Amino acid sequence: MSLFFALLFIVAALVMVTGLARKIIQYAKTPAPLKIPTTPAPVNRTGVVLRLFREVVFFESLFKGTKWTWLFGWMFHLGLLLVLLRHLRYFTDPVWLPIQLIQPFGVYAGYAMVIGLVGLLGRRIFVDRVRYISSPSDFLWLVLLIIIGFSGLMMKFIAHTDVVMVKEFFTGLMGLSFGTLPIDFPLMVHLLMVALLMLLFPFSKLLHVPGLFFSPSRNQVDNPREKRHLAPWAKAMEEQRN
Amino acid sequence: MAKADFETPELHEFVDVPLLVEDTMAHLSPFVAKPEHNTDLNFPGELVDDWHDKALAKLDDLRGRFRSLQVYLDSCVKCGACTDKCHYFLGTKDPKNMPVGRQDLLRKVYRRYFTFAGKYFPGLVGAKDLTRETLDEWYSYYHQCSQCRRCSVFCPYGIDTAEISMAAREILDSIGYGQKYCNEIIAKLNRVGNNLGLPGPALADTLEGLEEDVEDETGVAVKYPLDVKGADILLVTPSADFFAEPHVDGLIGYGKVFHEAGVSWTISSYASEAANFGMFIGSYENMRRVSLRIRKAALDLGVKRIVFGECGHAWRVAYAFLNTLAGPFDFLDPNYPVPQHILEFTWDQIQKGNLNLDKSANDDKVLTFHDSCNVARATRMGDKPGGQFEIPRNVIKAVCNNYVDMHHETIGERTFCCGGGGGLLTDDLMEIRVKGALPRMTALKNVMEEEGVTHMAAICAICKSQFTKVLPYYGMDMDQIVSIHQLVSNAIILTGQDSDDEEDEEELDEVEA
Ligand code: HEM
Ligand code: SF4
Ligand code: SF4
Repeated sequence: MSLFFALLFIVAALVMVTGLARKIIQYAKTPAPLKIPTTPAPVNRTGVVLRLFREVVFFESLFKGTKWTWLFGWMFHLGLLLVLLRHLRYFTDPVWLPIQLIQPFGVYAGYAMVIGLVGLLGRRIFVDRVRYISSPSDFLWLVLLIIIGFSGLMMKFIAHTDVVMVKEFFTGLMGLSFGTLPIDFPLMVHLLMVALLMLLFPFSKLLHVPGLFFSPSRNQVDNPREKRHLAPWAKAMEEQRN
Repeated sequence: MAKADFETPELHEFVDVPLLVEDTMAHLSPFVAKPEHNTDLNFPGELVDDWHDKALAKLDDLRGRFRSLQVYLDSCVKCGACTDKCHYFLGTKDPKNMPVGRQDLLRKVYRRYFTFAGKYFPGLVGAKDLTRETLDEWYSYYHQCSQCRRCSVFCPYGIDTAEISMAAREILDSIGYGQKYCNEIIAKLNRVGNNLGLPGPALADTLEGLEEDVEDETGVAVKYPLDVKGADILLVTPSADFFAEPHVDGLIGYGKVFHEAGVSWTISSYASEAANFGMFIGSYENMRRVSLRIRKAALDLGVKRIVFGECGHAWRVAYAFLNTLAGPFDFLDPNYPVPQHILEFTWDQIQKGNLNLDKSANDDKVLTFHDSCNVARATRMGDKPGGQFEIPRNVIKAVCNNYVDMHHETIGERTFCCGGGGGLLTDDLMEIRVKGALPRMTALKNVMEEEGVTHMAAICAICKSQFTKVLPYYGMDMDQIVSIHQLVSNAIILTGQDSDDEEDEEELDEVEA
């Protein structure tokens, strides 16, 4: 069983990293031939970095768009971030001070994450416009994340698992030595779902994570009159026809 | 298409987000282009036999050349933030007019043929085969998008449905399934030099007529020059400015401003069109071909600067794309931005105190301003972000005493499209034009009732034409639309103008009233 999980996580990590890398390389290689920032847009690089920062950290555009989705979405993602940071204690030894300091918040973050996800699922079910645009996978993502969050919280509050053993397993795995996992039902579910998420990441809408950074309407500097912007293929076309 | 085919939506105080009613607009498609118009644009004349493979090949080609398309097709999380932001959805209740609904028409095909999930688990991720029905659906709904970018403001990833619509139209064109309105107009421009097909002599006549009118009215010989070599400024303006009301009053205004500024300027008969419908059909090549006329005209006439007249999408192509498509403009005077907007020029003259303005000339009006979508969300004026909102308002306030804004959710970056942009300004699409105007008409009606607004100024030839046509559907008057430079024209007192002394002016006012 432990060996199965060990191999599963190695494969999942490889798929996620190479899959994402492939996508990021594809985005980076595809030129943006025209200047299309949604204006008003920053007129220099610093401004663009700040714009992206506000999008990533505060979901600025979403806030303008829909307050409920923003609230639930932001709760979920902030929760997720803190929970992920908290999980670093399973992978590092000694645990870095900042990670130690956020441990108590991590628990609330777990709640926030699940509440946010349930809110998002509610919107998807009850708002007719959002229901219309949803495919089965859109529901399943939320269900998957809720299961991850719920099984995690269960281990914290109901059926404790042996976290020391878990830590040994994962720190060992990072050095490619296969240890043993405690065999608990919630932990099995939790880990299976996380591995599934990692496997699907590069083939799914989770591509919104790299996508945001490559979105021309958000990451371009508004300076088309000052600086000529020319894609390589457009340049080739110019040279050919002129 | 007869007027009575559809119902004009009723105006209420607010535009409520409607419940979905599927396929309310499935019946509406624009006329298909004639073969000769397609071939002039280097597209096949008619729908090709192997359209299925050709369409997929084009999609593959475009996603490799346009990062926007690739990233936007992948990134949508179906959060729903854009679903209630499109004026066409608000006016029609049709879910395929929700921005994400519109994107999904293409995305489901992209997923089916180009993604792992869609190839092996199509049902799970909503991937669909490309069928003849899909193709017709594309044709219908991608011509119900005015490419206004309102959706992209609210999307957490800035997904711009305009980019998707443009790509879809390029795919349709590439298999010989083009739209009549756009392709016919581009073909005409390639032949004659402007969208209206006005040849040089007709233009010369029109401009002479304007000179006479202005001289009769003011006693000052303001010139409206055509093809003058060695002029400082090349004015490129939408061809509607050459004759239609209220557009032409704007052109009269530009001439008066140039006259008072003491600069020499000219229009070119070869590049007598600011509009560039190549953008609407998403064709880089066609957009470039149209743009190169402006470069050639500037070189042939030996001008030092290029100034664009009032037009929305034209300003987008000019401001954001011209340097890319037809640059570099190193042969022009580097002290001025290339190109400049006429409002940047006029605002500069006002600030320098070069214009003698009598605001009271516009006292018969209470004004509001319609931000054109392309100007608002795809361009800038002046040095600072947001100048595209401030400069037009500054100019209006400098020439009028009475100005109020419409509701803040309907202006600025959140402005609602007039309903006729993006290549939809054709009678065969009247139904979607009228219904899509609902949010703007609502906002206008509100300021008319609450603030006594009488007129709405616009800076786009398409907006002006569209409003002139749809205002009557909503029980308002087509004359309520004015050009900003029409207001400037009213207020300018030309150096040496007849009616300079008080008495004459009062008389004039009475006659006008
Ligand atoms: C740079 C980091 C990230 C940013 C800026 C970001 C941003 C967003 C935004 C703005 C939304 C739309 C609002 C919402 O529905 O919540 C969203 C949705 C979503 N995000 Fe992220 N996200 C990030 C990372 C992640 C990660 C790491 C995951 C999963 C492991 C994730 C999973 C999701 C899911 C499943 C949705 C869809 C929620 C729904 O169905 O309504 N995100 N994200
Ligand atoms: S670009 Fe404008 S018209 Fe097109 S889907 Fe978005 S909001 Fe609607
Ligand atoms: S706002 Fe953007 S991510 Fe959300 S549904 Fe619309 S297009 Fe998709």
